[in-house]
Amino acid sequence: MEIANVIEEVAVNLLRLAVIELPSDVKEAIRKAYNEETSEAGKTQLKAILDNIELAEKTQKPMCQDTGTIIFYIKAGVEAKGLDKIPQALKNATLRATKEVPLRPNAVDPFLQKNSGDNTGRYIPYIHWEIVPGNTIEVTALPKGGGSENVTVLGMLVPGQGVRGLKKFVIDAIMRAGAKPCPPNILGIGVGGGADIAVKLAKQALLRPLNQPNPNPEIAKLEKELFEAANMTGIGPMGLGGKCTVLGVNIEYAHRHPASYPAAVAFQCWAARRATAKIHTDGKVEYLTHKV
Amino acid sequence: MAVYKLKTPISEDEIRKLRVNDVIYISGTIVTARDQAHRRALEFFNQGKTLPINLEGLAVFHCGPLVRKEGDKWIIISAGPTTSTRMEVFEDEFIEKFKVRVIIGKGGMGARTTEAMRKYGAVYGAFTGGAGVLAAQAIKNVQSVEWFDLGMPEALWILEVEDFGPLTVAIDSHGNNLFTEVSKRVETSRQSIYQTLNI
Ligand code: SF4
Repeated sequence: MEIANVIEEVAVNLLRLAVIELPSDVKEAIRKAYNEETSEAGKTQLKAILDNIELAEKTQKPMCQDTGTIIFYIKAGVEAKGLDKIPQALKNATLRATKEVPLRPNAVDPFLQKNSGDNTGRYIPYIHWEIVPGNTIEVTALPKGGGSENVTVLGMLVPGQGVRGLKKFVIDAIMRAGAKPCPPNILGIGVGGGADIAVKLAKQALLRPLNQPNPNPEIAKLEKELFEAANMTGIGPMGLGGKCTVLGVNIEYAHRHPASYPAAVAFQCWAARRATAKIHTDGKVEYLTHKV
Repeated sequence: MAVYKLKTPISEDEIRKLRVNDVIYISGTIVTARDQAHRRALEFFNQGKTLPINLEGLAVFHCGPLVRKEGDKWIIISAGPTTSTRMEVFEDEFIEKFKVRVIIGKGGMGARTTEAMRKYGAVYGAFTGGAGVLAAQAIKNVQSVEWFDLGMPEALWILEVEDFGPLTVAIDSHGNNLFTEVSKRVETSRQSIYQTLNI
């Protein structure tokens, strides 16, 4: 098969897998939250989420009606063939998945307010590129829901306040978001670089599985500290009160300018949909997040 | 916390029994309505026109479903709730005029709706955000779709449901609002969290 066709086929599968079945680390975290939740309303909500996850898998239907804005992350091996074919292949895959899965059409022209009806449009599906050594192509699909996206925040914090300023910024963001992003949430925190880099890192942090803390032990400690603090807010599942407000906190960072301290918090709802596959030169495909 | 199974049309008496944190399941007829349907329904009322369906005793669901047509039948694929606050500007009048007994959505509603629920006897049932398949499973049949010119998500979908839930009663007809209570508690936790984090 042509590499373009392989990529298209894989991307359709990734979109289907992503919207129907959560990665195991997320399911595990929701189950744990359910066991630990003490508020009645919170427990009812978590039980409904677990039932919904099971039902989505059983009936092979999207777990949430908002199947998101379609975003892909590509790790392109420099020696891989057919890299120029990727954008078209991903667009074709999006069109097909929209019909076949189906996905809700979620691409609206911001000036004409017209929905394209097929999940494609200017810059959409959006592709993040990273060039890596080797000859494989790794494709990740991240269909991102609107409710959780709407509470994303970027702060240009005061450098002198350092990490203390960052912690306050994150806690305030969680409290302001409240029930809106369908908690329990996963928080992606991006720090440093510049404004755009912080937001990009925040979103990228959502791709890291919940059972993989940041490799830097100091950052891992901060992730844990913020996780515990977030769960002291009492917002709880769906904002109805309870212990479990976040399922995990992932931090990514870049060095910053001496005069700035950019920080961004990306919210991912419990429907934390992502799917990744690696395509080898011989056309062999390995699915990394799901059993296929 | 008590669990109630309700059948539409639901009476005011049945609603008055419910308290925040109770869980309800609804069987019968529920109707989806978002911003535009709310606006149009109120316009109809003010012009003396009748709605495509009598809403008295029914439940209104803040939802823009994902629907597929198979032959001439509509199939609901996924139908989770949408954020209810967008309907806050309409809901008090909506409850008063149409005597709906249950509003279903996510994220809660404000003081105006809470007051209308107290006065006219209605509750807000929080359905788990994103649990679209769970909702779809309880929808047994699409009775009809009205005002389709508003678009698929905004149209009035008249749905026959069986044990639709769980819905956590988050606003009852006695002036209690769980979301307001939770936000107050969250606010009081702020200082102790700041202290724990040493900020
Ligand atoms: S925030 Fe997430 S779970 Fe909630 S409706 Fe949006 S996509 Fe679905």
